Amino acid sequence: MVDDDDDCERMTPSRRAMLGAAGALFAWSFVPKFAYAAAGSRDPRFLLVVLRGALDGLSAVPPIGDPDYAALRDDIALMRDGPDAALPLDGFFYLHPAMPNLARLYASGQASIVHAAATGYRERSHFDGQDVLESGQAGPGQTESGWLNRLIASLPPGEGISQRGVLGVGVVPPLVVRGEAPVLGWAPPRMARAGSDLIQRLEDLYGQRDPGLARALSQAVTTEGIARRSGMSGEAKGGGGPDSAEGMKRIADGAAALVGADDGPRIAALAFEGWDTHANEGGAKGRLAQLLGGLDGALASFEQGLKPVWKDTVVMVVTEFGRTARVNGTVGTDHGTGTVAFLVGGAVKGGRMIVDWPGLKPEQLYDKRDLKPTTDIRGVAKGVVSELFGLSGPVLAEKVFPGSGGIGPMAGLVG
Amino acid sequence: MASPSDARSDSVGLQRFGLGFGLGQSAEIRSSVRDRLLAEIDRRTPPQPSGVPFSGAAEIGAALYAFEDRERIEREARRTTESKVAAVPAASSNQMAQPKPANEPALPYKTYRDEVSARVRLALEAETGLSERLVQFWSNHFCVSATKSNMTRIMAGAYEREAIRPHVFGRFEDMLVAAESHPAMLDFLDNRLSIGPGSPVGKRRKRGLNENLAREILELHTLGVSGGYAQIDVTNLARIITGWTVVGREAVLGFPGSFAFNAGLHEPGTPPLLGKPYGQPGKEKGLAAFSDLARHPATADFIAIKLVRHFVADDPSPALVRDLSAVFRRTEGDLAAVSRALIESNAAWTAEPTKIRSPQEFLLAAFRALGRKPDFGQVIGPLNAMGQPFWQPSGPNGYPDSNDAWASPEGVKTRIDVAAGWGRQAAGSVPDPRALTEDILGPLLSPQTRAAVARADSKPQALALMLMSPEFQRR
Repeated sequence: MVDDDDDCERMTPSRRAMLGAAGALFAWSFVPKFAYAAAGSRDPRFLLVVLRGALDGLSAVPPIGDPDYAALRDDIALMRDGPDAALPLDGFFYLHPAMPNLARLYASGQASIVHAAATGYRERSHFDGQDVLESGQAGPGQTESGWLNRLIASLPPGEGISQRGVLGVGVVPPLVVRGEAPVLGWAPPRMARAGSDLIQRLEDLYGQRDPGLARALSQAVTTEGIARRSGMSGEAKGGGGPDSAEGMKRIADGAAALVGADDGPRIAALAFEGWDTHANEGGAKGRLAQLLGGLDGALASFEQGLKPVWKDTVVMVVTEFGRTARVNGTVGTDHGTGTVAFLVGGAVKGGRMIVDWPGLKPEQLYDKRDLKPTTDIRGVAKGVVSELFGLSGPVLAEKVFPGSGGIGPMAGLVG
Repeated sequence: MASPSDARSDSVGLQRFGLGFGLGQSAEIRSSVRDRLLAEIDRRTPPQPSGVPFSGAAEIGAALYAFEDRERIEREARRTTESKVAAVPAASSNQMAQPKPANEPALPYKTYRDEVSARVRLALEAETGLSERLVQFWSNHFCVSATKSNMTRIMAGAYEREAIRPHVFGRFEDMLVAAESHPAMLDFLDNRLSIGPGSPVGKRRKRGLNENLAREILELHTLGVSGGYAQIDVTNLARIITGWTVVGREAVLGFPGSFAFNAGLHEPGTPPLLGKPYGQPGKEKGLAAFSDLARHPATADFIAIKLVRHFVADDPSPALVRDLSAVFRRTEGDLAAVSRALIESNAAWTAEPTKIRSPQEFLLAAFRALGRKPDFGQVIGPLNAMGQPFWQPSGPNGYPDSNDAWASPEGVKTRIDVAAGWGRQAAGSVPDPRALTEDILGPLLSPQTRAAVARADSKPQALALMLMSPEFQRR
């Protein structure tokens, strides 16, 4: 299915890279031969990073080769040369200069970038957009469970991965992990931990009086055990939140330690915040640059913390939607549609831009204002998890991403 | 005499609608909870916190600009000194660049700190805590976040005092206008920067609309996301409220840091919102739009469902939501009437306590129960750890309001860590944790929790068990 890949890559100026695979997804109609069994001897790790607030994909991965880019972006346009030059990817797309680690991983074949991507959601509410992204449903309003939780629940019972549960980082777990399957929780500690005797007494009391609290506490205790065995200190620290580089690093370090542990969860989700850059977004420097630098540092933390299992790891970075193609009246960007997603890790068949570029002329924009989405993020996610965990197309289309039968798993993402 | 089931409902009611029983409160409260809640509504005006550093936003604005000017001068002075030092190694120390005392935070944070402390004092002194809970609810509905800028940091407390608190038993429309015209909100959601492209200033400068505030007014403050508006309504509301801005340090349009309508930024024209054109002059255009949004049936439904979800259950009873929405519509958003209908509803009064207290509620209820007067650090540390510091939600949709969010594994575990710390701090001042548990939980206390507290191996552990008991956590 991706035999044409190399040809496509050589067609770079036409912006049709990977179209072979992207086109195939609409023709998807068979159960893949690797259903369940073909996960083989790999012990995969999958981490989903949600960027809350809507990442400006046109600044993170600027299409500097597009003749309409510079005029649309005006004061915040990135340049291919000069003191803060963007980092070259394929001669048409560049990477924001605040992301040298991602550039290195891309160059070494360990990262792919999906552009002009979106979920099926076409309005512009952050909160509905995040709900759709995380619930995996076709539209908003169905938030009982998240798609990573249903993914775990869809794996064969007794399967090691499902028994280990899904890790949701944060005091408030992201929707994408919520649901019936076991959820583990962890957040960078800020308080001195309570003694184990008090914990046991409360487990006892909740066991008699309150099944909901009992379940939550027992899962917290399980995670803490893994954290202790994997050598995390548990020492309380202050420091930045998930919208600062420091906070992102602590979250990434913690998630990597837990997911990298022998007895740890294999699937995790975490969220970084602050991407809603309505005003004074900045170009090569400024607010968005700081956030992208934080994300870049977190990717390096994953690579470092997961070193022994990096070859079996995929980190997927997604956001609820993109931002307006044109810079707004306050040197920022308003809510838009198409944006980027990143696939990073030793298991990624990387070094590729995965894109069917729609162009930036007024008539090529969605609603005459946003980057038009040409790739459905669900197809990308389905492609990654089907190859990592051996889930079949029908299971993915019915349980994990309900109503997504028309969007097949994109093939050839995982090497 | 109240029957046992009445006594139990009353105790649930005190936790559901208020902040729970406080150490030293008279037991009489328990037998007349509903009457006291209703009387609090009838008094109409919740008390204001005392001991805040600035009385209002305008005064704060002037102080903020002066602070920022001072910072800039000091920065420049330091730069000059550094370059001089580089040139002349033995340069004398610069008097302008006196460092601040080591422990003294900058003015915005210091103001935030004092506002939080005043806010907490008031909640700890309240009789039932109903007003304080409603202030929290509405403050979260119309939230600003102190993390956005110096201006939102220094004004977050004043915003709640000025835009929210006076209106919790007043009219929704008044609260809406007060919130959307407050400098803290205009800064938080960028409207102070928004410029009509066809306005006098817009024609001269390469600047234009910012639709951030307009979108959130429709989505989060009034109609709700499924309230029937489209992108064009967002853009048109943004046009309608161009010119709603904050007076700058030059004080051209008024007192620095106060609200002003700047006609020079206002987009001319008659933009339609939800199909109705608005052609009023200047600021009137926005006021007319807000007046209609405040009376829209979708707004009534949205507020009703949020209130029931907050106070009663994650899955709100449709009948109760319908009732509250009907009261909201009939009274054109009289929030005293809506609050009264909620508390008089038997469905709301008798529902089983399933909701976990939010971290802020838990902290205030715990300090009331233990009779402690915390300092700022003892408030903000635990709230940061539990994920709900005052006025700092991560987005304009405010803090979450469901058990999924707060009763998560990590959330419960962090609460236990916090409760263990409070148990240690309070142990010296509580003569008998068993007696305190009987007092605080009253008819809610289960035999299992009573036994767990009695069997604790220490006073701190007994207090932590009381605070973490299902009866204290759920309401």
